[in-house]
Amino acid sequence: MSKNTLYDKVWNEHVVGVLPTGQTQIFVGRHLMHEVTSPQAFEMVRDRKLRVPHPELTTAVVDHVIPTDNVSRPYKDNQAEVMTAELEKNTKEFKLNFCTEAIGLQGVCHVTFPEQGIIWPGQLVVCGDSHTCTYGAFGALAFGIGTTQVSHVLATETMAMDKLKVRRITVNGKLQKAVTAKDVALHIIRKLTVKGGVGFAYEFGGSVIDSFSMEERMTLCNLAVEGGARLGYVNPDETTYKYLKGKEKAPKADFDKAVSYWKTVASGKDAEYDSVVEIDATTLEPMITWGVNPEQGITVSESIPSLEKFTSKDQEEVIDALKYMGLEAGKPLVGTPVNVVFIGSCTNGRLSDFIAAAKILKGKKVAVKTLVVPGSLAVKKEAERLGLDKIFKDAGCEWRNAGCSMCLAMNPDKLIGNQRSASTSNRNFKGRQGSPTGRTHLMSPYTAAACAIEGKLADPRKYL
Amino acid sequence: MAEFVIKENIIDKVTGRAIPKPANDQNTDDIIPARYMKEITFGNLGKYVYFDERNKDGKEVLTHPFNDPTYHGGNILVAGANYGCGSSREHAPQALYRYGIRAIIAESFAEIFAGNCASLGIVGVMIPKAEITALIEFITQNPNTQVIVDLKDKKVKYGKKEIALEIIEGRRQAFLNGTWDALTILQQNKEGIKAVEGKLPYLHFK
Repeated sequence: MSKNTLYDKVWNEHVVGVLPTGQTQIFVGRHLMHEVTSPQAFEMVRDRKLRVPHPELTTAVVDHVIPTDNVSRPYKDNQAEVMTAELEKNTKEFKLNFCTEAIGLQGVCHVTFPEQGIIWPGQLVVCGDSHTCTYGAFGALAFGIGTTQVSHVLATETMAMDKLKVRRITVNGKLQKAVTAKDVALHIIRKLTVKGGVGFAYEFGGSVIDSFSMEERMTLCNLAVEGGARLGYVNPDETTYKYLKGKEKAPKADFDKAVSYWKTVASGKDAEYDSVVEIDATTLEPMITWGVNPEQGITVSESIPSLEKFTSKDQEEVIDALKYMGLEAGKPLVGTPVNVVFIGSCTNGRLSDFIAAAKILKGKKVAVKTLVVPGSLAVKKEAERLGLDKIFKDAGCEWRNAGCSMCLAMNPDKLIGNQRSASTSNRNFKGRQGSPTGRTHLMSPYTAAACAIEGKLADPRKYL
Repeated sequence: MAEFVIKENIIDKVTGRAIPKPANDQNTDDIIPARYMKEITFGNLGKYVYFDERNKDGKEVLTHPFNDPTYHGGNILVAGANYGCGSSREHAPQALYRYGIRAIIAESFAEIFAGNCASLGIVGVMIPKAEITALIEFITQNPNTQVIVDLKDKKVKYGKKEIALEIIEGRRQAFLNGTWDALTILQQNKEGIKAVEGKLPYLHFK
């Protein structure tokens, strides 16, 4: 059993008690929300004539259904309009914080919330969205919940949960050119599989993670859930405190006091883990997925694995994945033509991701449709201040408004037919990008930008 | 552990008229067609329960037990085997609940559906196939019969008959103690919640 890790400490701070069912009742210190998973939760609260005891702890935004081209209301898609109007009504009725375009705070939930400074070390954060684990970058315990649980949090500011085990993943070494947090994450998922993290919280540490910026840590923690872990986190350090200092909603007068507290929540030197994994990052190379789940990935130097590399039990799954993807075992992956490139999402929709893509696209022309979608209005504004939008437009990319866009096809940005996409998003599941036969390859912004130039799956290193 | 009881949620019996719906393997898509899942609320789902069975070629099927005025106001559903198979959607038991169903007597249930029902406070109990047939025959001839699903006595009662019922014991206890609903349990320890609120440093940072 783990001891004195950040997970143990923060969990203990939030324990209300043990329920008659044997589960633990935990207090939720920050509740976030979007339009898709919340409406029925409000209905449950309303049906029982309950109130929301802590409206100040809940913050909402519309991101999944929002169009990224024409954002004028009412939206063309009536369902999107209805869902948006419902969240507007609910946040108003229950007096919850609501991040709108009008106040310049719209964006993908996991991009706009942290940049406002509302996520802090030591918080217990939940949201009806599996990528809530992103906030682990701050040393918070952050995880996704279901709609019924959203109603529990609204009505009681608590929920029922069982404690997880803790796995320490230490990443040491020095990253090579064009190897990013996304590549590290895809490597970890390949190594530990998409089921490997079930029942675990992942603690990421080591010299590579220490040197990561907050945005890189968010990319890494965002993908913890793709490895099966309910949550992932990085212990808070000077990078964390520096990021939070001066952010609009971070502590102001109490900032020093807050830092002193934040230091106490980090895993102790004597921390004990249920499992330990060590990774040497020096040999890592840029990753691209070839299959239909995030563990099915290889480096740009490798060919698609041959069938003998898999157990006979797994071979059937691999054959099915390759058939869906229109690929062949043992053949090269780099060089495969793509139809669409998508740069954005809660995984890679932050300023540093667009700076990376622009570095490669500057002065070049894209060969295929390339959607560049900032994760928030703030990211968009800052990117435009830096002139990145001009670099993208000159290269022939579409520079869009903030939203989830082509990550999950609940808005007009979708693949058509069996189009192949090079995508910086987080899931390469069948049909994920909106077409039941669409094909998704996950990769970093560098690699996606290189693919855009070549119109093929490409190695980004020659452009840097 | 000491017995934990939530009085206002105790369900020791459900009494009312019954609606016969004898088929086996009625699935969640039958109960609520997928296209009505786009609704942003569960509130309207009652009118979509068995929608495609109840409406054919734009006309109400008057012989369907959920349309037939004979059974209007019934709150106990009587069904065959493997009731509620298919997806895990919360929408299916919600649709039945919103229609007014408070108990289901069946030969057997699909597992996920049974769990979803329990979390809404719909009592699902099992009686043998021959008893289902007899019960359906009786209520078809006597639609005003008061049927009682008695969890304390573990019996389904109607007319002069009393039939032993089956239900997972933990689930029966949860109905009898009123602890079937997680939200209600979470609301109990108000002092504990207050204590954590008070001591969590970051809630008080300025």
